[in-house]
Amino acid sequence: MSKKKTKKKRTKKSTNQKGIKIDLVSGDRFSTMASMEKIRFILDMVRNGSIVILERGLTPEEEAKLIEMTMTEITPDDFSGIEIESYPCKQRTTFLGKLLGKTTIETRLTVVGAADQLKTLKRDHDFISALVSVRS
Amino acid sequence: MGIIAKVKKNLPSWAKKIFKKKKARIGIYGPPNAGKTTLANRIIRDWSGDAMGPISEMPHETRRARKKEGVVINANGATITLDIVDTPGLATKIDFHDFMAYGLEEEEAKRRAKEATEGVIEAIKWLDDLDGILLIMDAAEDPFTQVNVTVIGNMEARELPLLIVANKIDLPEASPARIKSAFPQHTVIPMSALEGYNIDKLYESIANHFG
Repeated sequence: MSKKKTKKKRTKKSTNQKGIKIDLVSGDRFSTMASMEKIRFILDMVRNGSIVILERGLTPEEEAKLIEMTMTEITPDDFSGIEIESYPCKQRTTFLGKLLGKTTIETRLTVVGAADQLKTLKRDHDFISALVSVRS
Repeated sequence: MGIIAKVKKNLPSWAKKIFKKKKARIGIYGPPNAGKTTLANRIIRDWSGDAMGPISEMPHETRRARKKEGVVINANGATITLDIVDTPGLATKIDFHDFMAYGLEEEEAKRRAKEATEGVIEAIKWLDDLDGILLIMDAAEDPFTQVNVTVIGNMEARELPLLIVANKIDLPEASPARIKSAFPQHTVIPMSALEGYNIDKLYESIANHFG
């Protein structure tokens, strides 16, 4: 009987633990989604308190769309926007691409979180340092 | 987009030179308080004797895009006619408490924050209707912000010309070199829109880039 009680107490303690949920999304998972699906997915996760890490990020157009959608969702005392950090895109042009005027944009790792949870400390071409805090 | 416009968009750079035009619609972009309206005012005053709009220490003073048409710039023997769009500051977050720190009442701060969010949306929408942009960065601040990265990425993806203005070089902590090293693939013009330092260099670059 006493053993059972101890087990119950431990379970209760673990659910009360405060923490931060981090969702790591593979490039393959995102490649099957339409742009608006990706944006909705990110905003829903972030608004639920998750920090979202995208293996292959978003295209520049999708980033602009994400900022646009974020603006429509900002409400006083509830949601003040997002913090987003990504390595700058890489441009690749093949010989044939040069002739045709086609450049491939290679998107890179991106981190997104609510503005009151994620704060960029330092970043450059290949390094991102951020502070993640628990929501008050 | 029309067929001709599509063909022109997909042409390689050497072929685009054939289509070089002497008229362009350019947008002035950047984060809040980088000096976009100060620069727009200076360009317009220098070439048409008019002004674009008011400036302020408080971020998001410009919350609606403003357009000035037919600004003729002569520099280094070249002439270009510009339609200049001064856009609201781009941001990924807008907190009304930030405006209260400048002495606004809560209601007024909330109203301003709401207008600022609409301004950001308007600025993003304008990206589809421009021939090129001037991206203004505060040379005293870290250039690696997401707003800068996103604007540059969008211009590169659209293959449209972009000039980076490293503004506020009159400040002692300004470092245009930091901006050059962050975005080495683009032309960076160090200048002070407020004091007018290096403005001639900017006009030359505008004529070369957008003409």
